[in-house]
Formats: sequence, structure tokens, C-alpha cells
Amino acid sequence: MQIKLSVNIGRLKLKNPVMVASGTFGYAREFTDFFNPKELGAIVTKTITLKPRQGNPAPRTCETPAGLLNSIGLENPGLEVFIREKLPLLKKMGAPIIISIASEDDPEEFIKLAGRLDKIKEIAAIELNISCPNIQGRAHLISQDPEATYLAVNKVRRVTQKVIITKLSPNVTDIAEIAQAAEKAGTDAVALINTITGMSIDVKTRKPRIASVTGGLSGPAVRPVAVRMVRDVYKKIKIPIIGMGGIIDASSALEFIIAGAAAVSVGTANFINPKASVDIIKGIKDYLLKNKIKDINSLIGTLKA
Amino acid sequence: MLQIKTKITYNKKIKGSYFRIALKAPGIAVKALPGQFINIKVSDSCEPLLRRPFGVHRVKKDDIEALYEVVGPATQILSQRKPGEYLDVIGPLGNGFTPVIKNKPLNILIAGGMGVAPLVFLAEKLKKSKNVVLIGAKTKEQIMCEKEFKDLGCEVKVATDDGSTGFKGYVSGFLEEVLSGAHYPKSVVYACGPRPMLKEISRISKKYNISAQVSLEEHMACGVGACLGCVTNTRSGFKRVCKEGPVFNGDEIIW
Ligand SMILES: Cc1cc2nc3c(=O)[nH]c(=O)nc-3n(C[C@H](O)[C@H](O)[C@H](O)COP(=O)(O)OP(=O)(O)OC[C@H]3O[C@@H](n4cnc5c(N)ncnc54)[C@H](O)[C@@H]3O)c2cc1C
Ligand SMILES: Cc1cc2nc3c(=O)[nH]c(=O)nc-3n(C[C@H](O)[C@H](O)[C@H](O)COP(=O)(O)O)c2cc1C
Repeated sequence: MQIKLSVNIGRLKLKNPVMVASGTFGYAREFTDFFNPKELGAIVTKTITLKPRQGNPAPRTCETPAGLLNSIGLENPGLEVFIREKLPLLKKMGAPIIISIASEDDPEEFIKLAGRLDKIKEIAAIELNISCPNIQGRAHLISQDPEATYLAVNKVRRVTQKVIITKLSPNVTDIAEIAQAAEKAGTDAVALINTITGMSIDVKTRKPRIASVTGGLSGPAVRPVAVRMVRDVYKKIKIPIIGMGGIIDASSALEFIIAGAAAVSVGTANFINPKASVDIIKGIKDYLLKNKIKDINSLIGTLKA
Repeated sequence: MLQIKTKITYNKKIKGSYFRIALKAPGIAVKALPGQFINIKVSDSCEPLLRRPFGVHRVKKDDIEALYEVVGPATQILSQRKPGEYLDVIGPLGNGFTPVIKNKPLNILIAGGMGVAPLVFLAEKLKKSKNVVLIGAKTKEQIMCEKEFKDLGCEVKVATDDGSTGFKGYVSGFLEEVLSGAHYPKSVVYACGPRPMLKEISRISKKYNISAQVSLEEHMACGVGACLGCVTNTRSGFKRVCKEGPVFNGDEIIW
């Protein structure tokens, strides 16, 4: 049986629905020893900002039950160094490249970032990270407010023709409301979830286990939260959803697709098994074959409830 | 970097909570250099979730060995794994020691606690040179690998915090004594152990105009340079312990 694995994210066609999540795949070079990244549906790069960021002090990560707490603080070389030093290799990877961007102090930075990236033809899409919990001093995230979300997405929509993906935070009361605001502002797709804010304490020393006290939780521990949110959003919007949060194998990826995601991102699992994403592509194909489903698209949002 | 399902050749208790494990990993064995590490997934489940890093302790033909202490859930599970079972291992990782052989320096290898593990491999590579090994631990029971170093022809000196054997005090204080007592103009220091010890060793080495290569530890998530979790602050900004390290020039680190 011929199986169709390709899905569309706006005008962007992915040969399969599995991509790697921002911040968990570096700028791809760290993984080329393990598999050929061209097998991926897409590569989402570590978030970049206009200016370089050195990130937060160590320790930046700690393990929690079936989870990982991190506070990297968006360490990145900044837009220009990224374009000069990281992008050339990324262009050679053979998979669509999605560049994740974030503003630091002023959402206007999105215009400069997106405007500059718009001119680079090898870039397949831009992901707006309006949901990073690890920027110090920031009381609210853009993605915690529907109006701010609308404004940020709309600004970017006006400066780029590229496919826009808006990455949402789970640290909200109603994520569907935020997704609707992003849709209205013209995003082509939404990606969810970013990490859930959390903290962990070493009771021996009574100190926080990561230096910035709080961080973002990822990994299998967050999966049920993420799947529920994908379903909530799926019921309210028409554009594609990229689901993520604790995907470690094909079965966990399929949960998201059944809940309504058109594609999935593999994050923390890349740290545990660098080949996780390609194993998942194969596992999804096997599932479709076994269940005689010819086209992955006919599985999306087919939750029986 | 290779990801291999390695078969456990042996996994033996040495004493107390210390174990030595040997894994059949020919690809990693031929490539590994002293100071590099391997990242082991100790179980197939999500508990513990992440791999755990261990220095390459020795290489014996196709086998790589690690020397480890049971300190928490992952090392506890590791200690229960049986010969013949398989472990998913990534390695060799990181940037190891740079053995200095030119001009026949006196090599001073300094281990604090579990820091002995990678230094045994280093001592093998430095076999043709003159090596002094300073081993420090809390008590006599925690002094490891004395025999291994002696068998490799090293001169071994021991320090314990409680004085139960050897010099009483920190191994860094011991270094000061060694360096001030004799004249070692052409020495190179290689050290692995807790961060405060490495800081002291770097300071003392600098004072005597000796270069110190120190192996740092930081909590790691990926081990391959992707997550930017295990950084340490250096004179040229944050660097990844798993990629640019774990071995750094002591002078480079902002302690
Ligand atoms: C590059 C590198 C090489 C290493 N080589 C060795 C080695 O050769 N032999 C060996 O026994 N151990 C080594 N370690 C430390 C080893 O990785 C940890 O002991 C192990 O991860 C603990 O896992 P756990 O689940 O058993 O304990 P956890 O529950 O993770 O930790 C238990 C206790 O150990 C402490 N701990 C955990 N990880 C570290 C760490 N990385 N550094 C310092 N303290 C830690 C924790 O703070 C906690 O108090 C190395 C670490 C690094 C980064
Ligand atoms: C170490 C680490 C760094 C991350 N960095 C970013 C980032 O720079 N930008 C971003 O949008 N998300 C970042 N994330 C969030 C992931 O992309 C993903 O949304 C989240 O981890 C949930 O997926 P997972 O459980 O599969 O990891 C990071 C996650 C981790 C664990």
C-alpha cells in the first residue's frame, strides 16, 4: 500500500509530519553524526534574537520526574552572526528550515528580524517565539495576552510573505483564545506547547535546582497537558496546528495527530535518543500501514469522543 | 560521535559504592581520548529520563570502561545492570586532555574523589613520561586506583581530608607543598575533581607558572552541544562543558 505522509503548513509542504523543536536541535550540526537531517519534515532552529544573548547562569537544567526543567535564557549569537555562521550549513541540510525568532524588549524587533529573514529564499518559514518563559525580568509573555499576540503576529504578517508559525505558551487560562487571536492576525499555523513554567528544590540545601529559580518544564511529564491543549485549539481554529510536548515515540506523536495536530515536533527526546525523530517517522508509517490508512491527513483530529 | 547498543562485559563493585563497568564498543574504543566522556542511557524507561555522563576510565581493546560512584537513581540502576545486557551509549564526547610529551615535562595528575576515573586513561597515554599522581579523597576508604597508577609506573601520593592515610588536608594544599618543596619548571598539571578543588589548583598552578588542564562537571541534558544547558563562564563568554570541555585551561575559567 502506498502511504501518503506529506502534510501542508500553509503553503509549505512537508514530506512528513515530523519536525524537531526549537532549542532542542541546535542549528542541526550536532546531529549529523547520528542521521541525515534531510529525512525530517522540517528543522526548527534555536530561537534567535536581534542582538546576541549570553543566556542565564548555570545550572541551567535539572531532571524532574519524566521531565526536564530548563532555563537556557535564549542564548544565541544574534541575527547577523546566525546568518553568517549558522545558516550556510543549515541550507545544506536538505530539509525545510524554519527559523525561530523572538523579541527581547520590544515587539518591534520582530519586524527587523522577519524583514531581514524574508529576503533569504532558503528559509521555508518563520516561527514566532512569543512564549519563552526564560527571559528574566519579563512579567508577561506576549502569548499570555490575546491582544499583544494579535499585534505581534500582525506586525510580522505585514513584513513577510513567508509562512508564519506562531508558538504558543501553555502558561495561560485559555490557549484557544490566544490561538484565535494569532489566526485572526494572519499566522499560517500555530505551534504548541512551549514549556510549562516550573521549579524544583534541593531539600538538602533548600536551594532551587536551577540558577534562575524557575524554568520551563518539558518531556513526557507535560504530554497530557499538551495533548489537551491541542484538542482545545483544534476545536476553535481552521489553520494547521503543530503539536509538541513530551513526544518520545510514534505512539506519543500519534496522540497529537489524533487530537488535531497536522504535524508534530520532537524536543527533549532528541537529547535522549538523537535519532528519535526518524524512529518516529518510521513508527507513524507502520501505524498507518497496520491500520490501512492511506493518507496521514485523514487521521488528523479523528478523536472518537 | 557514535550511538551504540553496547553489551556489558562486566559491571563489578570495587568497594563501598564504587563500581567499574566495561562495555563492548569498538567504534568508541578506537576513537576515545583521555578526558572525553560517554553518555549512558541506564534504562529503557523514562525514569531516569536523561542519559548520564561518565568519563572514559580505560580502554581495553574493544571495551571502554567507566568507574562510577552510586550517588542517585541513575547510578543506582546502572549498578544493577548485568553482564550480557545492553546499554545505549553515545561517545566519545567532548574535548579531552592534551597530553604534553614534547620537552619531557613532569606531568602532575591530580584527582579529587571520582576524578581519578579519566586520569587512569590519561596516565596510560603518558606512560613514557615521568608522572606524579596526587589522589585526594575524604577518607582512606575513598582512595581509588592507587594500584592502577603504580602499575603504570607513576609515582603516587595520597591526601585525605581526615588524615586517615597520606597527607592530611586537601589535595590542592598538597600540590602547593609539592611545588614549593622542589623545583618543577617543566611541569604540566592535569586535574579532575570538584569545582572548588579545580579552582584552587588553577590558582596554585598559575602562581608557579605551570599550565593546568582541568576537567569540569556541569549538569548536562544532551551531551552533544545542542541544548546549551551545561555552560561554564570563561574569559571568552559561556562555553559548553560537553563540547568545548569538559577539559579547559584553568586560566580560561572565570571561577
Ligand atoms: C563530563 C562528566 C564526566 C563524569 N564522569 C563521571 C565518572 O567518571 N564517574 C562518576 O561516578 N561520575 C561521573 N560524573 C558524574 C555523573 O554523571 C553523576 O554522578 C550522575 O549523573 C548522577 O546520576 P544519578 O541519577 O545517579 O544521580 P542524581 O540524582 O542525578 O544526582 C545525585 C547527586 O549527585 C549530584 N550530581 C549529579 N550529577 C552531577 C554532576 N554532573 N556533577 C556533580 N554532581 C552531580 C547531584 O547534585 C545530587 O546531589 C561525570 C559528570 C560529567 C558532567
Ligand atoms: C533545553 C531546551 C531549550 C529550548 N529552547 C527553546 C527556544 O529557544 N525556543 C522555543 O520556541 N522553544 C524552546 N524550547 C521548547 C521546545 O521547543 C518545546 O516547545 C518544549 O520543550 C516541549 O516539547 P518537548 O516536551 O518535546 O521537549 C526549549 C526546550 C528545551 C528543553
